[in-house]
Amino acid sequence: MGPRLCAAGVSLWLAVFAASHPATAATIRVTVDKISFGPTQVSAHVGDTIEWVNSDFLAHSATDRKKAWDVFLPPNAKRSVKLTHPGEIDYYCRFHPNMVGHISVAP
Amino acid sequence: MHRKLTAALVAASLLGCASAYAQGAKPNDAQIAHIAYTAGEIDIKAAQLALKKSKNAEVRAFAQDMVRDHKAVNQKALALVKKLKVKPQDNDTSRALLKQAKAKQAELAKLSGAAFDKAYAQNEVAYHKTVDSALETTLIPGASNQELKDLLATGLKIFQGHEQHAEHVAAGLK
Repeated sequence: MGPRLCAAGVSLWLAVFAASHPATAATIRVTVDKISFGPTQVSAHVGDTIEWVNSDFLAHSATDRKKAWDVFLPPNAKRSVKLTHPGEIDYYCRFHPNMVGHISVAP
Repeated sequence: MHRKLTAALVAASLLGCASAYAQGAKPNDAQIAHIAYTAGEIDIKAAQLALKKSKNAEVRAFAQDMVRDHKAVNQKALALVKKLKVKPQDNDTSRALLKQAKAKQAELAKLSGAAFDKAYAQNEVAYHKTVDSALETTLIPGASNQELKDLLATGLKIFQGHEQHAEHVAAGLK
C-alpha cells in the first residue's frame, strides 16, 4: 500500500469512526408542553443526555417503562438523564399516562 | 351518574343563557368557567377524603396528585377569569355536580379499608370520564373566549391522563 493510499485509508477510517462515535456527547432537549413530550421520538447515542424542559404549569415525570429511571419534572424546571445503554426506551408520565415518549439509543 | 350529569348538562343547555349573543342554547363563558372550577374543587375534596381515610400507598399518592393538579388548574382558571373580568356564575350544571358529589362523598365516607380504596378509585375513573365527556361535548365547544377554550382543552388532556392513572390504580386494587 503506497503512502497516499494508506493516508486515504486512515482518513476514511477516521471519518467512519467520527460518524459512529461523536467526539462530544450530545444533549438532546425534549420540551414538555401542553401535556405532551416534544419531540415524541428522539434518536441518541450511548453517552448522550436527554434534557426535559417542563414548560407546563403542572408537575410531570419521565418514567422509563422498564423502570431504569424515573425523573420528576416540577413545573418550569429542567431535569436530565444520561443514556448508558443502547436500546429502545419507552417512557411516560406517571401522573398523566397519556403522555408518552420514545428514545432510540444507538451504541 | 353519567345519565344524570348528561341530563343536567342538557337541561343547562336547554335553559340557555341570558346573553343575546350566545350561539344557540349553550352555557356562557362565566357559567362554563364556574362548571370547570367546581368540577376541580369536587375532585380535590374527594382526594382530601381519601388522604384522611386510605392507608394504601398507591391510593394516597394518586390522591396527592389529584390535589396538586386540580389546584394548579383551578389557580390558572381563577387567574384567567380575573384577567377576562368574568365573574363565575353559579348555574344548574354546577349545582347538579355539587349535589351528586355530596351524595358520593357521603357514600364513600361510610366505607373504610380496601372497600373505600376500591370505591374511591372506581369513582375517580367514572368521575373523570364524566367530566372529560362534558368538556369535550359541551364546555370546550361552548366557550367563546379563545383563552378559556385553550385552558379547557389543556384541562381535558390533564383529566384524560387522570382517568388513565385512576384506571391503573383501580386495576391494581382488584
